Amino acid sequence: MAEETKSGPSRRQFLTSAAALGAGAVAGGASAGTPDPLITEVQDWASGLGDGVDATPYGLPISHEGDVIRRNVEWLTADTISSINFTPIHALDGTITPQGCAFERHHSGAIELKKEDYRLMINGLVDNPLVFTYADLERFPRQNHIYFCECAANTGMEWAGAQLNGAQFTHGMIHNMEYSGVTLRTLLEEAGLDAAGDLKDKWVYVEGADASSNGRSIPMEKALDDVLVAFKANGEALRKEHGYPVRLVVPGWEGNMWIKWLRRIEVMDGPVESREETSKYTDTLEDGTSRKWTWVMDAKSVVTSPSPQAPIKHGKGPLVITGMAWSGHGRITRVDVSKDGGKTWETARLGSTQGDNKALTRFYLDTTWDGEEMLLQSRAMDETGYVQPTKAQLREVRGLNSIYHNNCIQTWHVKANGEAENVEVS
Amino acid sequence: MSKFLNLTAAALILATPAMAEKYGLGRTALPEEIAAWDVDVQPDGTGLPVGSGNAFDGEEIFAEHCAICHGDFAEGIDNWPKLAGGADTLDHEDPLKTVGSYWPYLSTTWDYVNRSMPFGNAQSLSADEVYAIVAYILYSNDLIDDEFELSNETFLDVQMPNAGGFIIDDREATEYAHWRGEPCMENCKDSVEVTMRATVLNVTPDQEHGDAAMAEEAKASPAPAPEAAPEPEPEVAALDAELVAKGEKVFKKCKSCHQVGDNAKHKTGPILNGIYGAAIGGAEGFKYSKTMAGFGGTWDDANLAGFLAKPKKFMKGTKMSFNGLKKEGDIAAMIEYLKSVSQ
Repeated sequence: MAEETKSGPSRRQFLTSAAALGAGAVAGGASAGTPDPLITEVQDWASGLGDGVDATPYGLPISHEGDVIRRNVEWLTADTISSINFTPIHALDGTITPQGCAFERHHSGAIELKKEDYRLMINGLVDNPLVFTYADLERFPRQNHIYFCECAANTGMEWAGAQLNGAQFTHGMIHNMEYSGVTLRTLLEEAGLDAAGDLKDKWVYVEGADASSNGRSIPMEKALDDVLVAFKANGEALRKEHGYPVRLVVPGWEGNMWIKWLRRIEVMDGPVESREETSKYTDTLEDGTSRKWTWVMDAKSVVTSPSPQAPIKHGKGPLVITGMAWSGHGRITRVDVSKDGGKTWETARLGSTQGDNKALTRFYLDTTWDGEEMLLQSRAMDETGYVQPTKAQLREVRGLNSIYHNNCIQTWHVKANGEAENVEVS
Repeated sequence: MSKFLNLTAAALILATPAMAEKYGLGRTALPEEIAAWDVDVQPDGTGLPVGSGNAFDGEEIFAEHCAICHGDFAEGIDNWPKLAGGADTLDHEDPLKTVGSYWPYLSTTWDYVNRSMPFGNAQSLSADEVYAIVAYILYSNDLIDDEFELSNETFLDVQMPNAGGFIIDDREATEYAHWRGEPCMENCKDSVEVTMRATVLNVTPDQEHGDAAMAEEAKASPAPAPEAAPEPEPEVAALDAELVAKGEKVFKKCKSCHQVGDNAKHKTGPILNGIYGAAIGGAEGFKYSKTMAGFGGTWDDANLAGFLAKPKKFMKGTKMSFNGLKKEGDIAAMIEYLKSVSQ
């Protein structure tokens, strides 16, 4: 995957600007020798007028936050239409990902599908095959749940070694939103499952309306458990790039199964073994055999700040180390942080008393930094007692060719000047 | 099937009430509608339509519809998927996963080509064409000879080399069982060495560029001034809007290699903004074939029409592996569309 190398001025520019920020960062501090003109002089904004309420009918972030954007890695794919971009997790806090910067993955591009043109079909081994309009879906009882959606390939470029220098690129194929929708169970029961007979060995095939269709087979147990047919995210309509008007939400399971522009649900007596569940999203082991049906995303965490794109700019003293943790098996119960590459660990404070089920959990380590170099790591534990493994542990079982499901402990080398770099440690 | 839940929980989930509440929403799907959308094919061939094709016919169809990205011999161009080769590489350092070396079921290939290919013009192939293309992919992998007639009846005769190469997720036994419990908190290692650094590779995208572009955009579009007079429409040569729209649709065939618009970049093919009336082989920063670079002249109606109809005949030696537009109407529409992106 990483055969090509790219050279450019970016890193140098980035470091230069980071250093410049570091040098001038004390002006607002407590020990200023001269009065701060931002306080002693009347500023334009304290005197003149701001925008009226009609200036921004639907707002984007203020221009000063213009670098908090999705980014893609051009050499990863042949074309941006069948490709992926990354959430700027290094610049976010809390747990909810705004839709506008939540990562996108399309196989045939983000299509435009109006609610009026939307149809959802349920067929196969059901009592009565049905077609729903968008308006029909809004008349079923609705639920709200917060879940993370992580691409199985998140961190996939790091199997062979430290490669991409930024949390956005190493861990940004993830977002976490509050979904409003109807349970898949409700819709399946509306069509009737008597015709399916014993449900234990039955499957549900789901596909999208786009050209890729991205069909996936889901075992009936999961389909009837917690899968949602969602039409709102974070309170508003799904964005086009996230499957407007309707997508599937498959809590805790790999993002590829979260079918966007959902158009058909078929009850079947076996898996389709589609392209996305055979040639892709299968994990090749060292001996050449491959795991299939590796649906669950195991517990994982990453420090988002400090990190290569979020260096320490304030010098010595109080430092907030923060990051996020999640598990497809349930709740995050604990996150430990190491500053010395895994020799010693401290337990971090979770942003809420207990992590949400199959949703992002924020963690903080409120600490004091003396300007020492750090090898920063985080290690998540979930309610099953599973402990996030090291890369060495994963490699020992799987080798280097799995591509998917890399949930290893990540290391950032934080230097004395506050810059951070993606490294691998022994 | 209960590997991700304990058995009691699984039994509870699967026990749907005998008389689940119905809301009476939706309507019955008609057989024609189900037939139109339910086209998936299962490993045992269920869902395959009647039809057939062989590699000999498939070669030509593949050249026309698939070779632009996948190469004449299914070897893959640039970063586009390689469909052939890679036999016995799955346990190598860098395995080559193709239909021949990796895909366990032939149904997957048929289903995917039929449903989602060609890229940008999906669901445009007839069943016989799909059989022929699949036969050509198999032939390119040395799995059938060029006379083998692939059909709904012979489908299961083809042996896929990696059919037995998959195991069902075994993480519960091989990983979870070992990675649970109280983790080490102190004196966990004797020493720690940095063994690899991302900056040595230097493959991280240039972020300055994106940020600068974003900032530029923010500067360029301040809050709308109140009561600003409407901008006068820029003057443009009269274009046939309907023909432009038709051309835009035809252009989907070209999109996998060519970009147009504000953020267009050179891809496999050059940017086509301003191509109408431009010097042939003249887009700055694009590496043309020698033929194209030395052809001379400009992209006027006659040259565009000739090239679009049969690129390799019109310009022997061009790298553009596109078979040409067959319909004259499509050519006229395409030229009109290219004019529209040239203004």
